Amino acid sequence: MRRAVLAPLRLLAHLVPTVFGLLLATFLISRVVPIDPVLAVVGDRASAEVYQRVRTELGLDRPLWVQFYRYVAEVARGDFGRSALTHEKVTEDIARFLPATIELATAATLIGVLLGVPLGVLAAARRGGLGDHLVRVLGLVGYSVPVFWLGLMALLLFYAKLGWVAGPGRVDIFYEDTLRPVTGLLLVDSALAGNWAIFSSALAHLLLPASVLGYFSLAYVSRMTRSLMLDQLGQEYIVTARAKGLSETRVLWRHALGNALVPLVTVIALSYAALLEGSVLTETVFAWPGIGAYLTNSLLNVDMNAVLGATLVIGLIFITLNLLSDLLYRLLDPRVR
Amino acid sequence: MRDQARARPVRLQPLVDLPETSPPQSAAVSFPWRAPVALIAFLLLAAAAPQRDTIVMGKAIDDIVSLDPAEVYEASGGEVVGNLYDRLVEVDAKAPGLIRPGLARSWQVSADGRTYTFSLRPDARFADGAPVTASDAAFSLARALRLDKAPALVLEQLGLTRENVAAQVQAPDADHLVIVTPRALAPGLVLACLTAPVASVVERSVVLAHEEEGDLGNYWLAAHSAGSGPYRLAVWRPSEHYTLDANPGYWGGAPRNRRIIVRDIREATTQRLMLQRGDIDYARDLGADQLKALSADPRLRFDKGVDTLITYLALNQRNPYLRRPEVIEAIKYLVDYDGMARNLFGPTRIVHQSFEPEGFLGAIGDRPFDYDPARARTLLARAGLAHGFAATIDVRNTGPSMDMAVALQASFAQAGIRLEIVPGDSKQVLTKYRARRHDIFLGEWGPDYPDPNSNAEAFIVNPDNAEDSPQKSPAWRNFWSDPALAARVATAKEERNEAARAQLYRALQRDDQRVAPFVFMYEDVEVAAHPADVRGFVLGLGPAGNRYVGIHRQ
Repeated sequence: MRRAVLAPLRLLAHLVPTVFGLLLATFLISRVVPIDPVLAVVGDRASAEVYQRVRTELGLDRPLWVQFYRYVAEVARGDFGRSALTHEKVTEDIARFLPATIELATAATLIGVLLGVPLGVLAAARRGGLGDHLVRVLGLVGYSVPVFWLGLMALLLFYAKLGWVAGPGRVDIFYEDTLRPVTGLLLVDSALAGNWAIFSSALAHLLLPASVLGYFSLAYVSRMTRSLMLDQLGQEYIVTARAKGLSETRVLWRHALGNALVPLVTVIALSYAALLEGSVLTETVFAWPGIGAYLTNSLLNVDMNAVLGATLVIGLIFITLNLLSDLLYRLLDPRVR
Repeated sequence: MRDQARARPVRLQPLVDLPETSPPQSAAVSFPWRAPVALIAFLLLAAAAPQRDTIVMGKAIDDIVSLDPAEVYEASGGEVVGNLYDRLVEVDAKAPGLIRPGLARSWQVSADGRTYTFSLRPDARFADGAPVTASDAAFSLARALRLDKAPALVLEQLGLTRENVAAQVQAPDADHLVIVTPRALAPGLVLACLTAPVASVVERSVVLAHEEEGDLGNYWLAAHSAGSGPYRLAVWRPSEHYTLDANPGYWGGAPRNRRIIVRDIREATTQRLMLQRGDIDYARDLGADQLKALSADPRLRFDKGVDTLITYLALNQRNPYLRRPEVIEAIKYLVDYDGMARNLFGPTRIVHQSFEPEGFLGAIGDRPFDYDPARARTLLARAGLAHGFAATIDVRNTGPSMDMAVALQASFAQAGIRLEIVPGDSKQVLTKYRARRHDIFLGEWGPDYPDPNSNAEAFIVNPDNAEDSPQKSPAWRNFWSDPALAARVATAKEERNEAARAQLYRALQRDDQRVAPFVFMYEDVEVAAHPADVRGFVLGLGPAGNRYVGIHRQ
């Protein structure tokens, strides 16, 4: 009982310094880059007066620790300031761009897990066989091919040549802004509104980028599943299970996979988090208005409020997913409780 | 309250033939629960067929930070404002050197050259139907100066300031606007400044109705429109798209389309594929490779317009090697102008070796420099640098700039100049350039307004070379000052005879070409690819001159 109470508290104790460290790191990085953030606001040709006024408005004329204190205080109030590029509150921008990435990353992870786990299990079961080699090649290609190139090739083949899927963007342009956002997830919002035309358009647009991104997830998940399964298949309890006469299917999918699932949860959670922040190239190729493209654009334009806000949110998602996988770990593995 | 006022329109009024609840014809399928095989058809049919009177463009529009004319200073924003608002006068797209009537049907200049009286058109209306008055025009100019955003410097060319604008710009009645400049200037300069986006006329009552905390409606107008142009802004979603709806009552004639949608597509290859699939009507950022690949496609056409962006090398005069006149001249012979144009840019850039863009008053097409490494070596030997020297070149880390830097590195090596390429993000390179910490800078420059004075001042005038100088023009950034040339710029600025003024700029450029530490190399050409049955896009002199009004599908 005492351990059950202490465990979440211990996690929280880890969380606070991690978040503070994240705040400090993102802030310091933003202040040491050799780029003048005032340029992002006033442009290259503003007069010296305008330049100085904006510099003061941004608080850049104050000591670094004062700037950091103000930044932390504002973040604590949920205020990341305004984006110099969009003129919107950064929180509103994130609320607009993040769901697009979540939709893409979730679909990609689903593809990656639903295909990657069975492939990994089968590869482990037929170690050294043709299936195993195929899965390993699949994984190797996934690791080595640049996502940007694969995205362009996929567009060229499935969109431009074959016409099997819809083109770049989240939805057909004629449907843009005709649906009131509820969750920001187009598939969910269109389904809630009963607007199946938009739903189908969104699904058609999601299919290709999710598959491209999902392939990379699949490569990682299948490789990790194979490795974890091989570990399990060498354990004595598997020999015992087989000796007891259990079917190979039951041994593989219930016993071995059941135990491999524990570390696999962490693998999948981290893979999902990596897709959230690492989908920027896919977003660029597919004109997908997600948080990765927003963050990159902000970075290139020295929109520091947006950079800090988006980095922090992605960092928090990372931490949260890590936390969740830890909790799931406890749920799945009685020994850890 | 402020945020509520600014809240963007998230729900776009659909066109009448695109009701929200009934999909377009090609997508008119109900969700196919019954047959799994229908899923494929369902996805295939998902893309709606283009609406005949809606035009979709693919373009990188991530540079837009505001759509308030008093704040717009970027290329994409200038194009939007050019289509949403009118100005008193406009640049003639067919004859770029000429100024034609806009909201002002005529104007007179007083004998002393200081007073400009504009007579406004009686039939001009804002998008909400209210008449455009001289009071609106006066307010718009005063507002831009009072807000004092970056583009205000264009109006300051006329001698107007936030302090004197109320006295110098007046509307004696609804139909006449009087602008008095403190000094007599070339009329061409005054009128050119009034064609810039910052001189757009906004509807005073609408803008002031949305004023928050004394911002003159700046916050609201950044994402809305209040103009009399051929379009009104339906939606702008940063990094996604903007949509303009036609103003059917436009005094210049209703646009030939009902809606323009410009989608933010940054990857040129993606634009190309979407154009080929018919998902966009115009691809606006195709590179030389894409254009080459598409040139044989009989279904496509290409509109071209000379942009005003000049690609140049800047040689920092603080560098002991680069300040020698022979070195400056030698470097001008070490650029393979034609080779790079042919191999890197195709139709997207033309060789241009002077600071005034093509189409400007006094522009020259002279090409005094060719790639001639032998001559460059001779010049370097004369400067005592027969074995060359080492220098860095700061360059943006994007494809075309890096390709150019690599080509320059190879051609400079022919004369023993060892270039070290220092790539960086665009803002990073610019920060270093403004701090004057470069050796050689490879970049681009476009004029602030369509008059030769803009670039002449930028590349020649440097009255205060101190570190804290308020002026950070390219001349200042490179520690370059030539008082004799600068005096000639001042003279040309006030020359009231246009032919004589053009002659002054021609002579100025020819002398500048010989001595200035700038190597002008190329001028941009905008190429818009589109299907053969879509026509009417006018590419003007610079982005602010691009007009959507005539685009139609045949």
